[in-house]
Amino acid sequence: MMRPRSLPRRRFTNGLVNSISALAALFGLFMLCWIVFTVLKNGISSFSLSMLTELPKAQGDKSGTGGVANAILGTGIITLIASMIGIPLGLMTGIYLSEFGKDHWLASTVRFCNTILLGIPSIIIGIMVFETLVIPMRTFSGLAGGVALSILMLPVVARTTEDMLTLVPNSLRESSLALGASRWKTIRTVVFRAAKTGLITGTLLAVARVGGETAPLMFTAFNSPDWPRSLLGAMANLTMTVFQGYSSPFQFDQRAAWAASLLIAIAILAVNLSTRLLFRERKR
Amino acid sequence: MVSTFSGASSKTGEPEKTAAGGIPPAKSVFSGQPDSHSHVLAADLASVEKQIVVRKLNFFYGKHQALYDNDIEIPARRVTAIIGPSGCGKSTHIRVYNRIFELYRDQKAVGEVWIDGVNILGPSEDLIKLRKKVGMIFQKPTPFPMSIFENVAFGLRLHYKMDRAELSGRVEDALKRAALWEEVKDKLRHPGTGLSGGQQQRLCVARAIAVEPEILLMDEPTSAIDPIATAKIEELMEELKKKYTIVIVTHNMQQAARISDMTAFFLQGRIVEWGPTRTMFTNPREKKTEDYITGRFG
Repeated sequence: MMRPRSLPRRRFTNGLVNSISALAALFGLFMLCWIVFTVLKNGISSFSLSMLTELPKAQGDKSGTGGVANAILGTGIITLIASMIGIPLGLMTGIYLSEFGKDHWLASTVRFCNTILLGIPSIIIGIMVFETLVIPMRTFSGLAGGVALSILMLPVVARTTEDMLTLVPNSLRESSLALGASRWKTIRTVVFRAAKTGLITGTLLAVARVGGETAPLMFTAFNSPDWPRSLLGAMANLTMTVFQGYSSPFQFDQRAAWAASLLIAIAILAVNLSTRLLFRERKR
Repeated sequence: MVSTFSGASSKTGEPEKTAAGGIPPAKSVFSGQPDSHSHVLAADLASVEKQIVVRKLNFFYGKHQALYDNDIEIPARRVTAIIGPSGCGKSTHIRVYNRIFELYRDQKAVGEVWIDGVNILGPSEDLIKLRKKVGMIFQKPTPFPMSIFENVAFGLRLHYKMDRAELSGRVEDALKRAALWEEVKDKLRHPGTGLSGGQQQRLCVARAIAVEPEILLMDEPTSAIDPIATAKIEELMEELKKKYTIVIVTHNMQQAARISDMTAFFLQGRIVEWGPTRTMFTNPREKKTEDYITGRFG
């Protein structure tokens, strides 16, 4: 016995699910716009050129306008340290997983641990680095901040590297090996070249991702009203400026927090947009 | 490598009969076109130096055995075709000759493959040296993500140090020998991936012969390209065999009949029969070979 299903009902269900999905997507988009709008509105009204060039104003100081230049520099330095440690380690891990380890038990173990590391809350990494670097050295430091961020970065870079290298067809590897190239030469010249755009994109996104972290810096780089003078001292940075500034009762601190938010948002948007452009370039 | 040509047909004495002209020539049966070259006869093949001698070659994908006791002798500077139905182990077999299968951890070859008197499956064999000597062309063209010039220069740069002029000369020479020069000479800086499929495959040939191998393995080199490009590659092989030993895996029996001097028929991981192409196609010793060649299966 076979009866036709009700056509209007099928159409209704389809339409319903379509609308719910569209609404969900719009909701996400709306939140993003709201965040960007709030940051832009408050950021721009708090922003002045002195933000890019001057040190923060001390409480009660009536002279000058003050700025977050030290935090910009500090975030740059800390992110650079993180990248210098995290990118090479992550790349090498990804290469091992994709090119050498594959389904060896060690690779499976590394892959599993990497996935766990990806999911560890960043504040826990901050505490870990506090215990292992800050306490023995008896000082907050930009170096510790960089190390904390690099630990956050490593699994992201490793994962994207593995994914991007796995996408390169084996026939390309075989062709290179068949010409008498070594494994490393094959990876470095042929495989990397084939995966170039993906690798650059993944790495940049990882940098942007850790560049906006606050929790790991709370216990490591902390913050400083001064210029970054040494890697072994507390270092100003944008995210801590947001955190501390916004919870401060002083007007300048709040303005600095908004300006810093604006700078972080712009930097992250810029990185995301440039990776987009990079991908479009390849499709052409 | 001193060894006699111990293929099936020489044992049965067929070659004399063929040479005497009692059997119709292969071309009339298979290609229907005038043969541009005469196939080497068994008597000639027997006198040809053997470049590759395979003894009791077994191959495993993990626990699954794919090749069983393969024995074959490949003559130098001739075209040897490997035919057989899908999954019979043709590609697996030639992938042992340059040990490219070792890229995959679970694949294992057991037995002996002697190339110029050295067992390349031996522990002391140097893979880089082996692969310089044994070039390979794959089913799908695999241009590297770099310029046409850099593609051909890739292998040269691996093995030799040379100045720019020498390098350019050798790249040009390889592209000429691969019959691609005229089509690409004005766009050597363009990406190799921008060429058509047939051109890409000839680029791969140029890349492989640039390093002056002695043996060229071709794993269904024309199955992914159009008939005109196929004709070009076949023409090219005719030219290349003057200098190189060619082993070609092909699904296309007409192709095997057209271009090869020797043919080996594989079935379920075993070499059923091998011998001069003309004999294989006109008077095979084994019933299975005949059935396959006449299209009764496969």
